[in-house]
Amino acid sequence: MKSELSVDPVKIKKKDTFLAKLWEQRAWVMMSFPFIVYVIIFRYLPVGGWLMAFQNYWPARSFFDQTWVGFENFKVLFEDPVFFQVLRNTIAISAIKLTLGMFFAILLALILNEVRSIKFKRITQTISYLPYFISWVVAANLVRDLLATDGIINEILMFFNIIDKPIMFLGVPELFWWVIGFSHVWKQIGWDAIVYLAAMTSINPNLYEAAMIDGASRLQRIRHITLPALRPTLVILMILNIGQLMNAGFEQVYLLQNGRVIEYARIFEIFELDFGLKMMRYSFATAAGIFRSVVSIVLVLSANYIAKRLDQERLI
Amino acid sequence: MAKLARFRKRRSTEDILLDAFVYIFLICLIVVTLYPFLNTVAVSFNDGLDSLKGGIYLWPRKFTTFNYRMLLARPQIYQAVKVTLARTVLSTVLGVFSTAILAYTISRKEFVLRKFISTIYVITLYVNGGLIPTYFVYRFLGLTNSFWVYIWPAILHAFNLIIVRTYISGLPESLIESAKIDGAGEFTIFLRIIFPLIKPVLAVVALFTAVAAWNSWFDVFVYNPMKPELSTLAYELQKVLASAQQMSTSMELAMSRAAAGANEVTPRAIRATMTVIVTVPIACIYPFLQKYFVHGLTLGGVKE
Repeated sequence: MKSELSVDPVKIKKKDTFLAKLWEQRAWVMMSFPFIVYVIIFRYLPVGGWLMAFQNYWPARSFFDQTWVGFENFKVLFEDPVFFQVLRNTIAISAIKLTLGMFFAILLALILNEVRSIKFKRITQTISYLPYFISWVVAANLVRDLLATDGIINEILMFFNIIDKPIMFLGVPELFWWVIGFSHVWKQIGWDAIVYLAAMTSINPNLYEAAMIDGASRLQRIRHITLPALRPTLVILMILNIGQLMNAGFEQVYLLQNGRVIEYARIFEIFELDFGLKMMRYSFATAAGIFRSVVSIVLVLSANYIAKRLDQERLI
Repeated sequence: MAKLARFRKRRSTEDILLDAFVYIFLICLIVVTLYPFLNTVAVSFNDGLDSLKGGIYLWPRKFTTFNYRMLLARPQIYQAVKVTLARTVLSTVLGVFSTAILAYTISRKEFVLRKFISTIYVITLYVNGGLIPTYFVYRFLGLTNSFWVYIWPAILHAFNLIIVRTYISGLPESLIESAKIDGAGEFTIFLRIIFPLIKPVLAVVALFTAVAAWNSWFDVFVYNPMKPELSTLAYELQKVLASAQQMSTSMELAMSRAAAGANEVTPRAIRATMTVIVTVPIACIYPFLQKYFVHGLTLGGVKE
């Protein structure tokens, strides 16, 4: 755009070079430069700290006076018997959250789409966003009260004689993944449904009318028009979420876990805290962090590649 | 559509059943979503010892404002409110302005650094140094034991940047063109033309940044644990939660009985009251920004 305005025959040759363009766009460069520095300092400098994983880092010494140990920390990590437990927990929790979260978000979107009263729909949606905005600290408090031995859920189950003595939901290791899964649904369902509702608004209304004339019932219309229209959104979200498989949601798990369920709750971040930071094994914890990041990057890149192959828009 | 159907034919059984299912499901959703909050409000206004007997649902049995008076009489809560408000306001103002200005530059198609900047920011969505290297870098920068560790790391987030960039790309190019012909400089164009036009999407960024700042506790826990004067409301609540997790209800009861003579609040009551104090500001703000964030999320989620 700018080049058309400043037509100057002498400069035409120069304009093609990168530096000349940079000079010409100096206003934009000046506007964005502080933020390039910013991202390098705050996001990339810590990544440079990954070198710690190849040292036997001791904070009292300077970074350059450390002993280098090569892949020793990684070897210790992979040989640690807890490592596979951590890997299992992380992937299982993410997978449960992903599946339950998507299922209920789509269900809610389909149901909201069938509501006739606009006012009721709006009020329901507003309420359903509330848990999304509160901190996990608050949510964990609420979940803890709900699931307590004297909590409402135990009271209801006892009232209907489904159980005869209260269950300590947060103390049963085998239940922990599901507690995480369903508390995730509770917090996210309204928010996650937004994307699917948006996809539904782009469905051509003529499709429904034609189906109606052909005598299709409401369920048939949902089954054959609405659901297929959600497929592209579903596929892209599924692929993008696979990149998050190593990220089980630290705050939620950390705040809901306790000693009784730790065998099922120990995800990577908790492992790094308990077996790294608290034992002052800084290099070991960093190695565990690197492993997690590298697996994530591989997952994201493959997901992005698959999405590209499926002719969807890419991330960048 | 639905109205049309009603005119054309009588409602079938399937239709009625479906409607029944829809309304029952949504009413269940509303109850399940709201009950925990309302119950906590009820407990926070109920006498602490009385609550331990159980049976408080939606309404306090022995109404009292004692829990609030006790909690607000503690100086560390006042300090936490101040710190939380300061970090929320400051990071939101800085965050909105920074996101807007950077998003504007990378929305310019002919900008040579456009691809480079977008890429280095998008990568940060997936790669981070991890807890320990980040801690050492922040300590090196002098950010530990300081208020600024709440502000600087939080002002720019790649997700917000993408939303705003997408929004600006959707604006008519002619607006910027005509301003250039009038001889306006780049910064003037940004401030006078772009900034007012993108207010709706900036409202979304403001909401996301403010909520994240208001809710943070982990950075307090990691970087400022020895600085009680830099504690935040969410961290105070986390501490209460952590200490409550150490003891069972019967212990709580025993402890409270012992303290009953001194007219103390119970741990359960403190938790409930803190929860209400942390939640109410957010619950009051987000409904008014609903139409903005629904739109913003669709921009970020579907288009990118």
